[in-house]
Amino acid sequence: MTVHPGAGSRPGARRATSGEGDLAAYLWVDREGFRLDVDLLVPGGEVVALLGPNGAGKTTVLRVLAGLLRLTQGSVTLGGRVLDDPASGTFVPAERRDVGMVFQDYLLFPHLSALDNVAFGLRARGAGRAEARATATTWLERVGVSEHAGARPGRLSGGQAQRVALARALATDPRLLLLDEPLAALDASTRLAVRGDLARHLRAFGGSALMVTHDPLDAMVVADRIVVLEGGRVVQDGSPAEVARAPRTEYVARLVGLNLHHGRGVGEVVRLEAGGELHVADPLEGKVLVAYPPTSVTLHRHHPEGSARNVWQGTVAGLEQHAHTVRAQVTSASRPSVLADVTPAAVAELDLRIGAPVWLSFKATDTHVYPG
Amino acid sequence: MSSPDTVRTRGSGIPPVLLVPAALAAAFLLLPLVGLLVRTPWSDLGTHLSEPAVLEALRLSLVSAVLATAVCLVLGVPLAWVLARAEVPGRRLLRALITLPLVLPPVVGGVALLMLLGRRGLVGQHLYDWFGISLPFTTTAVVIAEAFVAMPFLVIAVEGALRGADRRYEDAAATLGAGRWLTFRRVTLPLVAPGVSAGAVLCFARALGEFGATITFAGSFPGVTRTMPLAVYLALETDPEAAIVLALVLLLVSVVVLVSLRGRWVSGASS
Amino acid sequence: MAHDPTHSQTGRRLALVSVGILTLGMTACSGDDAVSAPTTAEAGGRATGDIVVFAAASLTDTFTGLAGDFEAEHPGTRIVLNFAGSSALAQQIVGGAPVDVLAAASPVTMARVTDAGLAAGEPSVLARNRLEIAVPAGNPAGVTGLEDLADEDLTIALCAEEVPCGAASVRVFEAAGLTPAADTFEQDVRAALTKVTLGEVDAALVYRTDVRAAGGAVEGLDLPESGEGVTDYPLVLLADAPNPAGAQAFVDYVLGEPGREALGAAGFELP
Repeated sequence: MTVHPGAGSRPGARRATSGEGDLAAYLWVDREGFRLDVDLLVPGGEVVALLGPNGAGKTTVLRVLAGLLRLTQGSVTLGGRVLDDPASGTFVPAERRDVGMVFQDYLLFPHLSALDNVAFGLRARGAGRAEARATATTWLERVGVSEHAGARPGRLSGGQAQRVALARALATDPRLLLLDEPLAALDASTRLAVRGDLARHLRAFGGSALMVTHDPLDAMVVADRIVVLEGGRVVQDGSPAEVARAPRTEYVARLVGLNLHHGRGVGEVVRLEAGGELHVADPLEGKVLVAYPPTSVTLHRHHPEGSARNVWQGTVAGLEQHAHTVRAQVTSASRPSVLADVTPAAVAELDLRIGAPVWLSFKATDTHVYPG
Repeated sequence: MSSPDTVRTRGSGIPPVLLVPAALAAAFLLLPLVGLLVRTPWSDLGTHLSEPAVLEALRLSLVSAVLATAVCLVLGVPLAWVLARAEVPGRRLLRALITLPLVLPPVVGGVALLMLLGRRGLVGQHLYDWFGISLPFTTTAVVIAEAFVAMPFLVIAVEGALRGADRRYEDAAATLGAGRWLTFRRVTLPLVAPGVSAGAVLCFARALGEFGATITFAGSFPGVTRTMPLAVYLALETDPEAAIVLALVLLLVSVVVLVSLRGRWVSGASS
Repeated sequence: MAHDPTHSQTGRRLALVSVGILTLGMTACSGDDAVSAPTTAEAGGRATGDIVVFAAASLTDTFTGLAGDFEAEHPGTRIVLNFAGSSALAQQIVGGAPVDVLAAASPVTMARVTDAGLAAGEPSVLARNRLEIAVPAGNPAGVTGLEDLADEDLTIALCAEEVPCGAASVRVFEAAGLTPAADTFEQDVRAALTKVTLGEVDAALVYRTDVRAAGGAVEGLDLPESGEGVTDYPLVLLADAPNPAGAQAFVDYVLGEPGREALGAAGFELP
């Protein structure tokens, strides 16, 4: 089953058929000068991460799927049931969809205890108080916050609140789970722990799950597939490994920490759009993308000798410390900008400063070329 | 987020620029009451208080104010919701009209109620001809008059609270499967409960002190329509000391009720 | 303004003091201190300046007309009129308002002023007002006499016995040996009259002058028993009058022919 990146694809031109329990969404939303054109297919049981910069339209996608926003055109089908189809005038409001949602700020009802928050959805669907509370208790145990069952949200820590929010959304056993930046509000150390738990819960979850995030690590750890949204369109769709290895846009490349250049494969080389030619290990003809990690780039004070075929001179435009590495950005008048990872010692040795001239090199074998 | 321990904030005193006007305002509001207390015939208090008319008027005042507040809540909260949320045309005009009873002299309000619900009123005449119901000079009329003047307070307070409420909680409730009525009952209302109770307290206070509309629409008959304010005013004619005593009783009861209400509802719901 | 502080019974006011003070302020501001030579009044002497007259509400139309005529005949004078319930007026005077002339609606109210030693001399009887049964135009309930006002099935408005009109009503009913079946005891006679005008009550006991003043909206029925229902309207010049000469001139004017004519036309009985 494939999903075609938006790029002007129209509803009606449906390609793969969706199976039971699947989410099939062809979203075309026109809103205040913003346009969303997304085809999305999430098979049952799969966890898809929706990555993208701010303003890309990720939250809009979630709100449409949740039923909090109506489509302008297109359709949303979940498990064979049409939820939104302007053409036929069908629209199932949020409360009648089988969708659970974890919000960015959790939005736990402040006047109810954690237990009653989790029980809310069950009671709303007709369960009795005792029954709902029993199920809620089970869920709170499952996410590991049962000792805070009686506490009000105001007294919970970020991590605890996140777990309660997850339990609340899962308690009603939805077919589709939507998560809006579920880890964004947490500090780094909490995020680490919660991320792992979240991955575990989502894997155990039987329905489809769509998680919006701008943290690539969340996507890598939690998701089975990553869909990248930029400017209201899908620009890449693939497994985490694929995306990490072969990003299709600058944004994705930055996210996964790779250098990425656009170019045209001619014979053994790739002529870069930004200037120059790259020697690559697996040449391809036609429009291509070339990606290579910053760690494969070495910096030299003088023109280096050696087997590396890709060499040119540039100026240090930026220096950033990442853990025990320094990431240098080297720009050049006739070449694309390149990120290089070096040790702090190397920075000192090479006397790297903003504006300092520097030579860079990387091997053809370190590059990865793929159709663009 | 864990609740913070109490921490000394910087400069816990009141800035002098605010202190002076605040003190003046407090004095302005409280000194007349002090005047009242000073002039109270403390030695004759017992005689005045033991008159059955006093207890009768007090009971009537409390009962009618409570009923009026109930009416205001039942009708006013939905109206506030419509004003705050619904996209009806003419909402602004409606909101302005709602505040009319605030501007209208209460006696004029009473006359207006007569025009509508009196024996010869627009609606009243039909009530009378078809059902034999005549509203003026009944306790019901007192409740209606009090509700009329007090409702704008409630509507304005609740509308303000609804506007300020975070609507995303309602989104969350919808995704959990709650319909609009359930969301209103179990999410929206609890969230705006402080605003609602503040409005109800204002409403109750206004209803308790209402005079002009009551006497015009409902008349003045001991035990039926003569509420405390009416009794006070009447006592002023011949026995001002009795009037002071009545006013004092009304004040005391109001203070007790209002303090206990505020304490219980306003702070409790905001935690 | 000096007043006898030992008369604490009637000497303490509350809210009406503020009204009194307001009136005080207004008359003080408007009149440039009518201390235009408080010379001893000569019979028929020239009156000038402001003359402050407090009169009962039922004298509104008559006194307004008389004031205009007086000012025309005595150029340089200005009558400042204040109409209110005579009980309120008495309280203001006792509270220290600077007034030249008081025309009250009952001897009881006047007594409060004279007992406080604020009157210059004995009050004269200005006019008499007689009670009448007032019914809405067309007499829809077919009221024929006082017995109907004792009928439980009819809607009746009476004045509260604390006001002069009400006191007179009580005497009338006692004399007739009937128990009134009122649905409301109004604060003042005009309020009772309004209820009749609006058709909210089947009948009310009000003054003849009020029935006249209401024109076609109200019909009056004579009371054979009304001998008891006659109230004297006393008039007095006040001891601390700011303008004694002017005050005396006005008193003479209203007690004389011009006054009697105007009062008679309005429906008052003349002594």
